[in-house]
Formats: sequence, structure tokens, C-alpha cells
Amino acid sequence: MARYILGRLAGLVFVLLTVSFLTFFLMYSTPGGPFDELNQPLSPEAKANMMRKYGLDRPFYVNWWNWVTKAVQGDFGMSYYYPNTRVIDLFSKYWGSSLMLGFLAVAWSFPLGVVLGVIAALKRNTFVDQVITTVALVTVTVPIISLIFFGIAIFVIGLKWFGFNNGQPLYQQPPNAWVLPAFIFGLGTVGSLTRYTRSGMLDVLSQDYIRTARAKGLNRTVIIMKHAMRNMLIPLVTIFGPVLANAITGSTFVEIAFAIPGIGRFFLESIYTRDYPVIIFTVIITATILTISNLLIDIAYTLIDPRVRLGGGH
Amino acid sequence: MAVQNLPAQGATSARTAARGTPTMTYKPLSPTQLAWRRFQRNRLAIIGLFIVLIFIAAGVLAPVISPFPYDKTNLFKTWLPPGRDPAHILGTDELGRDILSRLIWGARVSLVVSLAATAIVVALALLFGFLSGYFGGAWDYLLNRAFEVIGALPGLLFQILLMLLIGNGILQVTIAISILGWPGLARLVRAQVLTYKERDFVSAARSLGATTPFILVRHLLPNIINPLIVAISFAIPGFIGTEAGLSFLGYGINDPLPSWGKMVGAIGRYLSSPNYLYVGVIPTIALALLVLGFSFLGDGLRDALDPSSDRARL
Repeated sequence: MARYILGRLAGLVFVLLTVSFLTFFLMYSTPGGPFDELNQPLSPEAKANMMRKYGLDRPFYVNWWNWVTKAVQGDFGMSYYYPNTRVIDLFSKYWGSSLMLGFLAVAWSFPLGVVLGVIAALKRNTFVDQVITTVALVTVTVPIISLIFFGIAIFVIGLKWFGFNNGQPLYQQPPNAWVLPAFIFGLGTVGSLTRYTRSGMLDVLSQDYIRTARAKGLNRTVIIMKHAMRNMLIPLVTIFGPVLANAITGSTFVEIAFAIPGIGRFFLESIYTRDYPVIIFTVIITATILTISNLLIDIAYTLIDPRVRLGGGH
Repeated sequence: MAVQNLPAQGATSARTAARGTPTMTYKPLSPTQLAWRRFQRNRLAIIGLFIVLIFIAAGVLAPVISPFPYDKTNLFKTWLPPGRDPAHILGTDELGRDILSRLIWGARVSLVVSLAATAIVVALALLFGFLSGYFGGAWDYLLNRAFEVIGALPGLLFQILLMLLIGNGILQVTIAISILGWPGLARLVRAQVLTYKERDFVSAARSLGATTPFILVRHLLPNIINPLIVAISFAIPGFIGTEAGLSFLGYGINDPLPSWGKMVGAIGRYLSSPNYLYVGVIPTIALALLVLGFSFLGDGLRDALDPSSDRARL
């Protein structure tokens, strides 16, 4: 186990190094820079000074390595656009809204998806199942910008139930500002959870031990609650990783559409201003969350399900 | 399609049936015919196929059937709601451009991007899937590392950075989509190759002197095609959504070409009045319809092509 985790951690380091290298390459190769006329009107001499101060006159791989050596000590540098502000401080200022949005979305969509999936599996191939699976397919495949636009057209402009955000952090707002965004952000999760749970449940229901339980005359409720549900929940652990990572990193589109000051929206602003330290930090923190949640889920899975052995070939 | 080359479960059962009734002339159904029968039984799949074909026809015939050039502005006829002017059935936008024409050309853009991305992704997936599944070793190692790194990249953020570097345009969006899309499919191909390469029919072919390319094309490819088709039909909606999303944010299709995502994004400034809503609602509906068409089609294909999937056995 320890050896497996060490191996995975080494892989994680490799992945994060590669991701940060790629990001540095893209940022430095992109036309435009943080101290261009557009972002900060400076005289040519002042610009050259600034460039030297931040090391922007050096090639990207040099700066990448400098960044790596500082990042491992927890120093992610200062923002170029907001002077004398640490990237981490900026980021934590915006992260609250994204986190709140994400967790609200998971809080309603995860349980609902599981319940709908179980119902669909138990009522397999009936009208109820057809309705649930079709709705799930719709919410999974319709692009988020369509969902957002329908939501805004119907609930904000048509019925006037909700409003747009006023740019303040989400947690300082009345429910009016966060109910609709959290609803829209969660829709996709409901759909994928429903589909996943349904197929997992059908899988479990076709197992021998369920037939045995039925044959010895246990009643249906006991079979479903005690035998089927417990085993059905195991594969759900694997999908909880991506769902959680998604919730933590937020939804850029929802934040843009509802003017929520979250990290997705902040990332786009930093791209406009070519605020390299903010861009790299956002990318790397998202990548870290994705990879670590995957690792944790894999470990949790083996603890829950003794049939799975770690690192056991293909 | 290479569906005919499947190890034919369907044909076997048809043959047993034929043996059972020796006096009747019973023509066994080919696997393709069986698949088509299963496909037809799924009403949603037929609807999906119908929707997709209509959009493809609209996209192919765009230069012929669109009533106006997509970029023709008419400042005397701005904001015409649908149905007001017989010349502009779906109305005009803020610059007096005909919405129907832009919708039709938007279908072309959307389909060209998603289908071109599919072609690239499939080519890469087959290449690397074959190499790593059949030869293993270093290829396997490379594919796994690529899978890990690309899987850890925050998709949207990375695509935006990439688009900044390579610029807006159809080809560029296609590249940005393909780069992130192939490793998942390559793993699918690899898994299929691993499953089949040790089977007796492959060993038999090899012992008869079949060359590796022959085995790959003649014996392995036909077994990979079906799951690949299913995976692709579910991936295409994602590609369409990604294009629309990038264009919505301004990092997608270049002006003056229309894109549904761009049409939705452009309405953002005018959302204060419900009178202008139609400009965004129309492309949103088109986007949702096309995407749903593809995923209903994919659902039907899965049931039709994979006899072990849970609906196929009905």
C-alpha cells in the first residue's frame, strides 16, 4: 500500500511539472504581455524595467524552473496587475464564491441523482424508467451555455423569480442570487449520477447473491436496502472524485453568465491582463485538485471494496 | 461499416433457428440487419437520426438554402422579431443580419468542427491505441503518461490559453478540441486490442503467416469499431458544446463566420429587455436539438451494436 501511494505521488509530481511547463510555454508564446500599452500604460524605459524586475526578459523555461523552486516552498508570487498583492490572497478572495456554488450544486444534485438512478433501475423498462433516463440524457448532453440561457430566459427575464448577481461574493447574497446558478450547475451532475447509479444498480440486481436472497424468501425492501444498495454505493465512490473536483474548481460559464465573482471569471480577467502568476496558479491548483481527488478516490475504493487490489496490473 | 465482420452472435442464433425448422427456407439475418432491427425499435434513436440528418443537410446546403449571406448587415432592419418581416422568417439581430441564415451557417460551422475533431481524435486513438495495446512497452508507457497529463489539465482553461496562442478560427478550435479528446478513446482502443490479441483467431491467423498490419486491420479493427462508434456518438455532443462554449467566451470561431455559441454570447449585453431575447433563444434551441439528436442516436447505436447492453436483450 505504502509503495503504491509513493508511486502514485511520484506520478503526480511528474504530471504537475508537465502541466506547469506546458502552461508556461503557452503563456510566454502568446502574443501580448502583462506590461503592454493595453494593460499598463508605461514608457518604454519603465516597461523594460518592469520586464526585468519580473524576469520577463528571460526565456520561459528559466522562469518556469524559478517558479517551480519557489512554488514548492509555498511561494506563488505576486500579481502583475494588482501590485503588492499575493496571488494566493487574490485567489482565496474569489474562491469562496466558486466553492459555495459548487457545494450547493453537489448538495442537491448528488442525492437526487442517486435516488433517481435507483428508482429507474427498480422500475426498469417501464414508463418511469424511460422518463428518468431520457431526462438524465438531456441534462448530461445539453451544453451548459444552453442550460444557462434557458434558465435566464425563463426564470430571470420571463418569470422574474431571480436576479443576476451584483458582483459581490456569493456568500453575502440572499438566496435569490444563488438558487438558479446552483440549480443550473448541478443539472449535469444529476444526469450523470442517475445514469451511473442506474447501471450500477442493474448490475448488482443481476448478481447471484441477490437471487439467493430472493430465493430464501426475504422481502423486497430488505433485499434492496440491505443487499443491493450497499454494494451499489461502492462504484459511486469513483464518480464522487470528478464531481467533487468539479465543484471545487467551479464553473466558468455559470460565473460569467450570472456575474458571480468566482475563480473561473477571475481566470478570464487574468487572461485579458496577462497576469501570468494568477494564470499559472489557477491552472496548477485545478490540476492538483483533479489529480489528488483521483488518487484519494482510488485509495478509498480499495478500503471499501476488498476485491480491488492496488497496482495490480491491467 | 465493418459491422459485418463481428463474431456473429446474432447469426449463430439465426442459424440454430434455421436448423430447427428445416422445411422452411429461412434466410439468416446478418449482424448488420439485426443491429438495424434493434436500432429501429428505439423510437428516440430514430428521432435523433432524423434531427442529425436535417442539420447535416442544412450544413451541407448552407450556401444554397440560406436566404442571405451570413454577414450581410442591414442597419435599417435591426432587431426584427421572428415573423415580422416575411423576408426574415426568424428575424434579424442587432446589426440587421438574417438570423435564419446565420443559424444555417452556424450548423455548418458546428458540424465541421465537431466532425473534423472526431476524425482527428479517432485517427490518433487508433494509432496510439494499436501501438500501445499491440506492442506495449514504451508505447504503453507513453500513452499512460499522456493520458495522465491531459487528464489533469483543466480543460476549458487550457483550451482558452491554447486558443490565445493559435488564434481564433475553425481549424484552431478543432485542434484545441482534438488535443484534449484523444487519450480517452485511445485507452478504449487499447483495452479492446488487449482483449482480442490473445484470442485463438488471432493466434491462428499469426500461425498461418498473417502479417501484423493484416492482423490489425482484418482481425482487430472490426472488433474495435463498434465500441468506438458508440463512444464517438457520445463524444460528438461534447465537441459541439466545447466549440459553442469557446465561441461564447470569444475564444472560438473568428468573425464574421457565425457560430451558435457566438450568437448566444452576443446577446449578453441586451439581456435587460425581453424583446431581444429571441436572438439568443433561437441558437440555444438549435444547439440543444443537435446535441440531443447525436446523443439519442448514440443511445440507439449502443443498444443496437452492443448486444450485451442492458436494453438490447429485450
